[in-house]
Amino acid sequence: MTFCSAKADACAPARFSGIRASSPCALARQLALSRREFLHSAAGLALGSALLRPVPLFRITPQSKRKIVVITFGGGARDQETFAPEGQANIPHLIGELIPQSTFFAQVTNRGILGHYVATASLATGNYETVNNFASLPPESPTVFEYFRKQLRRPASDAWVVAPSNGFNRIGESNHRSFGFGTGARVILPKYLLSAATSGSADYGHLLRDSYETPLYAPELGGNTFELDQMEDILKLSVDDFRTHARNLSSPDELSVYVVRQLMRQLAPSLLWVTMHDIDIAHAGAYSLYIEGIRRTDRLSAELWNVIQNEPEYRGKTTLFILPDFGRDADDDSGGNGFQHHRTGDALSRTTWMMALGAGIREGIVFDQPVETIDLVPTLGSLMGFSATFSRGKPISALL
Amino acid sequence: MLPGDLKPELFSGYPPEARQLVLDFLGTLKRLPLAFLSGLLREVIDYDFRFPAERKAVEKELSTLSSLSAEQTKDWFHGFAEIQLSPQLEQFDWVNLPAQFVEQLSAHLWTTHQLDAFRKTALAYAEHLRERLPPDAPVVPRLGIAVIGEGVESSPEPLFRKLRPHGAYFRNVQPENGTAHLLEAVAARVNAHPLSYGHWYIDGGQELPHSPAITCVSYKGLEPARTTLLGKIQRETKKAGMGPEALRTIMAQMQPADLGLVSSGDPVLDRFKAKLLTEGSGTQIFSTSFAQWATREALRRAQPVTLLVRFAPRQRQKPMSELLSPSPQAPELDPVGSLMDADMAAYYNWLNQQRLPGSAQSMFVAWFENHNEAVAISPSLPRGTESSAAATLPQLLSWMA
Repeated sequence: MTFCSAKADACAPARFSGIRASSPCALARQLALSRREFLHSAAGLALGSALLRPVPLFRITPQSKRKIVVITFGGGARDQETFAPEGQANIPHLIGELIPQSTFFAQVTNRGILGHYVATASLATGNYETVNNFASLPPESPTVFEYFRKQLRRPASDAWVVAPSNGFNRIGESNHRSFGFGTGARVILPKYLLSAATSGSADYGHLLRDSYETPLYAPELGGNTFELDQMEDILKLSVDDFRTHARNLSSPDELSVYVVRQLMRQLAPSLLWVTMHDIDIAHAGAYSLYIEGIRRTDRLSAELWNVIQNEPEYRGKTTLFILPDFGRDADDDSGGNGFQHHRTGDALSRTTWMMALGAGIREGIVFDQPVETIDLVPTLGSLMGFSATFSRGKPISALL
Repeated sequence: MLPGDLKPELFSGYPPEARQLVLDFLGTLKRLPLAFLSGLLREVIDYDFRFPAERKAVEKELSTLSSLSAEQTKDWFHGFAEIQLSPQLEQFDWVNLPAQFVEQLSAHLWTTHQLDAFRKTALAYAEHLRERLPPDAPVVPRLGIAVIGEGVESSPEPLFRKLRPHGAYFRNVQPENGTAHLLEAVAARVNAHPLSYGHWYIDGGQELPHSPAITCVSYKGLEPARTTLLGKIQRETKKAGMGPEALRTIMAQMQPADLGLVSSGDPVLDRFKAKLLTEGSGTQIFSTSFAQWATREALRRAQPVTLLVRFAPRQRQKPMSELLSPSPQAPELDPVGSLMDADMAAYYNWLNQQRLPGSAQSMFVAWFENHNEAVAISPSLPRGTESSAAATLPQLLSWMA
């Protein structure tokens, strides 16, 4: 379709004679160093690598009561629009409010497929998944939600995903033989709910923006998807209230955050995964809309942190992780078209960051040692007390 | 089938000039690994509809490949030969559908984690080729011009921040008749250096009066084709079993006539216009994306010595389903957002121009339309400087030469 997949044109470099060779490793390292230098000087953070050895954290919350919220800073954002000097104006909340309270990982690499569904599935399983990015398929490896529920004997109400588009409806649980239907997370697709609640009314069109990678393709729903008629029972939210509130929101991610708040108040799940997606409007090639998406995601991330601080069920016992699923192509890679896509697989599109803050996390620390996106799930396992048996990632020792 | 099995009759579906080119180099093609050859055939099959610069490049590339010894061929292509392909890929009709094959190859590379290896070997190949085929300098230093900000009273943010370090920033440009002056400058270069597809004017809105010798593409001029395309997309996506990759394949196969592009007598340019809409992302709905992508593709493919692009306001963002639905109503515009889009696009224009041969002598100017701000980049102007001297645009161009 017009909005190309991550897979499209990966072979383009072969046909470009203008390419300059460079070392992806060196670029990734440079990216991490520039982030670290900025964070060190601007936010007064200590360098994690300067510590002789990590100091074990005493756990302020028993594992059984600990809660985890993961936000994917979605759609992929590059350094020059975020942490580089010229981009910092776009993320005032991350820089001014969240980073000073966080342990920050400056070099997080995604070595998998750079499509949003498959990359999010990889994040959620701790394996580089290879499912078709555009098909309605579950991950092949067990998800963090399945490990969490099975090993800790948690009910279905304790693990939830709020995701942007219909394509994410199978993200909550895998088709792995050790697990089965109904053993993972419930998935809420706010746009799907709103569409059902409003019959696709034009008044809500701005909240029903489709996937930007595949703007015309909406996979059929399946799996453990949350339906409109459950909204009143579970979220204590009437369809009328939902419609009324949605009318005042400006983007799909704002709609997601609204649903997340409701979920936190009513069910207070211990494992909550929120996938943001507004930034991915970049695929349409309009730079101003891409920047607008980054600024909104920055604001919404801080809003969710504030909700965590203000909800009694979450305050003091919640660890928040924020990370992009991946970056976007570099301006100087002639195989791509800069910020517009994430097709080339270059270092900039593969290298991102992650911040952890809240319960049990040291504040104001920057680590520039490389970690991978698939390390998240085993790390969550170590924090919460389950083993991500089939994950190929490693627990991040700096957080344990 | 593998490249070693190639026979002349397999290319009977190719356009005449492309077929002849293949036959002239068939022995060479048979020695190349499929992971590489498919990309080369994607260029060759469109040879009849390529710009002169592209035709020359593919001819030189084939000549170079045919001159390699067996050992050199092995050295250049061992990385491609090590790429593991699936039996399905090898059985695909990659001779007649090389573009579709390359798409499937891309998916295969991502899925099998061979993308990085492919990328590395592709970069090494490009380097080999550059060493063997030093690029020809242009007949005259290139000139790129970007006109941004139509309809904006004042910019909410400083402009040209990414370009300024590379050139001189002028804050007192006399804007009167600026666009006309710039188009006259393009016309003067056409007269001085008449080159086929050597001088371009791309407009993100309605094209302004210009010399007929200039190759011109405009967003407004392609409105009927865009409407036809969006209608086709809507119909295709309603078909059972249609997915994004299938739709992309259908779009890639569309010809100018499928979009209702009335033949201009220039099949090369007609094909170029069609590809802007069928292969570009966002070019069907946002004029700023169209102008940026058209400029990028014109530079990459035609390698013009002069290119003027003028950005116009794009429509305001709406739900994608509405953006993709043809509507008889005039769209609501977003001039300020479009200015930001175009400011970044101007930077990309310059980057893309600098990828072409002769970059050390190239010139580039970006101007905030009907305002006093411009940035000019040229070997004759000091980098990272500012000037408050009053200057007309013709004067500014003369200082760059």
